[in-house]
Amino acid sequence: MDGLSFLMHIYVFVLAIFVGFELITKVPPTLHTPLMSGSNAISGITIVGAILSAGLEQFTISTILGLIAVIFAMINVIGGFLVTDRMLKMFKKK
Amino acid sequence: MRISIEITYLVSSILFIYGIKMLSSPKTARKGNLYAAIGMFLAIAATLVDQNVLTYEWIIIGAIIGSLVGALLAFKTPMTGMPQMVGMLNGFGGGASTLVALSEYFKINPNYPVDQSLPFNLPIDQGIAMILSLLIGGVTFTGSMIAFGKLQGLVSGKVVKYPFQHPLNLILILVVLVAGVFVLMNPTSIPLVIIIVIISLVLGILLVLPIGGADMPVAISLLNSYSGLAGSTTGFVLGNNELIIAGALVGASGIILTNIMCKAMNRSLMNVVLGGWASAGSSGPAVEGASPKGDAKSVDAEELAMIFDVASKVVIVPGYGMAVAQAQHAVRDLMNILEAKGINVRFAIHPVAGRMPGHMNVLLAEANVPYDKLYAMEDINDDFPNVDIALIIGANDVVNPAARHDQKSPIFGMPILNVDYAKTVVINKRSLNVGYAGIDNELFFYPNALMYFGDARDSIVKLTHALKEA
Repeated sequence: MDGLSFLMHIYVFVLAIFVGFELITKVPPTLHTPLMSGSNAISGITIVGAILSAGLEQFTISTILGLIAVIFAMINVIGGFLVTDRMLKMFKKK
Repeated sequence: MRISIEITYLVSSILFIYGIKMLSSPKTARKGNLYAAIGMFLAIAATLVDQNVLTYEWIIIGAIIGSLVGALLAFKTPMTGMPQMVGMLNGFGGGASTLVALSEYFKINPNYPVDQSLPFNLPIDQGIAMILSLLIGGVTFTGSMIAFGKLQGLVSGKVVKYPFQHPLNLILILVVLVAGVFVLMNPTSIPLVIIIVIISLVLGILLVLPIGGADMPVAISLLNSYSGLAGSTTGFVLGNNELIIAGALVGASGIILTNIMCKAMNRSLMNVVLGGWASAGSSGPAVEGASPKGDAKSVDAEELAMIFDVASKVVIVPGYGMAVAQAQHAVRDLMNILEAKGINVRFAIHPVAGRMPGHMNVLLAEANVPYDKLYAMEDINDDFPNVDIALIIGANDVVNPAARHDQKSPIFGMPILNVDYAKTVVINKRSLNVGYAGIDNELFFYPNALMYFGDARDSIVKLTHALKEA
């Protein structure tokens, strides 16, 4: 990764923070718990890095760390999305 | 191939953003969550066909274990256990980030120091991202596990103080930063990298231990934010924009919630993180003089039923006590019988009621209370003078009028629900004891206040029975 592409990543990061602020200030307080569990599931995106580590050709210490990371991230993804859905389906209007 | 993988990541990022956007209304929220889940599925699928992924057995094993545990947690955790569940999930996200960053580090030369023929090359930008990822991810992991332990009752929910708390934490952070600089200058110093990981894990424990139970909404929100930022830093390590975007969204979400929670307690983030407040209240005497001590009037279910029978507007104020007693279904039954008698029933929710943002809303939703009956503090506070009965179930500090007028009170300035403006205030509580802030509540001794002692569920069931007979 050269300096320029690093700067491009910073760009993306800063813009995404602004998008996040815009979107999340519009979430009503009644949905704050599902927002947390749902955003939690999204932070399980680390699964991408975990897969890249666990799928190495050679079995090294990186593979072991990757395997544990896959387990952790998958708990986050599956647990997060399912529990959010379970909560959201309870929210009913009269 | 590379380009189609990158395009899939882009589509996936858009689905995340759109999914969160749909969380702005309960009507579209469920679909939004589904969109985000599809985004995640696409990202995983794209990564699986990446040319660097050559073996699949470990991925499959990990995915099966993780999915089973995740599904089990999602279906078996009761709604009252949601704060613990979210706390734990934050931790796994942070842990995964640390592991991935560490794994990337060892990828540079897997056989070092046995094989020193390969150059051990850690570019400075990637190195900085790695160290931040290890630090934030590590703190998030153990911090969340402590938060989980506190909420589950495995670790003391009190403010835990230890000697040299602040200097110790400061020194540990400095050690991590200095070690980080050394690693950047000399990437082969594996022991230093391990030290950074260990200290980060210890820091997570030390930082969350002093935070008391009722401050958990802040801690959980903050850890939520950290888990997102850890994901972003991992994105910098891997040079992957989607991780950076998704992590930034979650980071922003956690920061906003943290800010809302702090405002609702009129406290700075620093004050919460350093574990203040409770110590301010326990000294007591400053408050003693200000509270008009006297006899609190207590009522039983039958008397209360008669008072409710002639009311026309009732507001129910739930607090953590309702969650502890699992009284949400009993409260729903009470709402139904009051409505059957033609009484208007609404709920007033303080932002920090419970142990996480939106805790009360989820519990009441579980009990089939329609969400349009739930009012945020600022939407109902002006209406309390028109309310006949404000029924407080297991809440204390968030309805303490001292916050409005008593400058000596530790909670002075905290926005509260103005329940004392209602014609009658009924407080359901197990005793006259102090709440989390450790101060007396003068509301209990107000002329329009009635104490209704007992466990939240038992008391509400009794009241509902009495109302049926009345």
